[in-house]
Amino acid sequence: MEVKNANAAMLSNYEVFKLLTDLKEKRKDSGRNKHSVGQQNLNTITYETLKHLSNTPCSRQSPEIVKEFLTTMMPHKLTKAEKLQLLNHRPQTAVEIQLMVEESEERLSEEQIEELIQTVSDILPGDPEQQNVAPAEAEMDEGGEQS
Amino acid sequence: MFVLVEMVDTVRIPPWNFQSKLNEAISEELNKKLANKVVYNVGLCICLYDITKLEDSYIFPGDGASHTKVHFRYVVFHPFLDEILVGKIKYCSQEGVHVTMDFFDDILIPPESLQQPAKFDEAEQVWLWEYETDEGAHDLYMDQGEEIRFRVADELFVDTSPTGPATAAKETPAQPGQSTAPPAEERGEKKEPPYTLIGTICEPGLGLLSWWNS
Repeated sequence: MEVKNANAAMLSNYEVFKLLTDLKEKRKDSGRNKHSVGQQNLNTITYETLKHLSNTPCSRQSPEIVKEFLTTMMPHKLTKAEKLQLLNHRPQTAVEIQLMVEESEERLSEEQIEELIQTVSDILPGDPEQQNVAPAEAEMDEGGEQS
Repeated sequence: MFVLVEMVDTVRIPPWNFQSKLNEAISEELNKKLANKVVYNVGLCICLYDITKLEDSYIFPGDGASHTKVHFRYVVFHPFLDEILVGKIKYCSQEGVHVTMDFFDDILIPPESLQQPAKFDEAEQVWLWEYETDEGAHDLYMDQGEEIRFRVADELFVDTSPTGPATAAKETPAQPGQSTAPPAEERGEKKEPPYTLIGTICEPGLGLLSWWNS
């Protein structure tokens, strides 16, 4: 076996998530041979990787969202690796952005960092559980005042 | 986190698989060979991405199977240096904090890369961060199962291919009075993981997610 190019392309978590989900669907239909000894490794790695990725923002993304995100990111002049990390992690605080963007104090002003956080929050879908907590608490407060 | 690796290999399809389509038989063989395995200096192979080129299939004398040279691309887990990753704490030991990412377990954060000052609690076998505020020192424990954000500081590939029989050790004549303890047994017990990641959390924003969520 020969490795022609150990770094041909970088993949976002969403692309791997979609690939594994489609693979799982195809193998569910084939039925018989997926339990053979040889396929056990593929089953294990698929299951574990999907388990890990379903708890990350990539599980709520789609090709249109990724395209929109990358187009909006163009004017900020970030490197491919930085944009990939923003896409995979969906940072919501300035501290997180500073971790992922190299030399962020020199390259980005505070306003630009705020703008980045806003863009990331708007375009990339967040965790619906986390988003529902805040309005639910507001409802409970109102209920308490009324009674 | 994931990269695409272009590889070339000769795939052997045994005669009893001749009824399936060539592409499917080849995909199955490639996944059987590479999925969930570490390739030296490349990373942990996840699954086949696509087949880019199929050369002619040959049958050789003495073997009824067909051999096909395949050019393909494989999805490999190989985080780049300084990448930020999120995992769960598996357990803590004197060597540091062991982190797992479900599909990949061999991630270690050594004591010097923890948020300083750090201390190891022997009783509970857990590392903690002695966080100083104006009110006094808080001990932030790094408990099992907690989600942790870390930066990839280094990677270690170990070639675990089988070595030949221990020739040199056996050939030197035993000196009187010296014990010839077989080194082969020690080597057999200590199994090194083929791919290890060394992480660091020594920066603002790194460490347990709960430390930084306002």
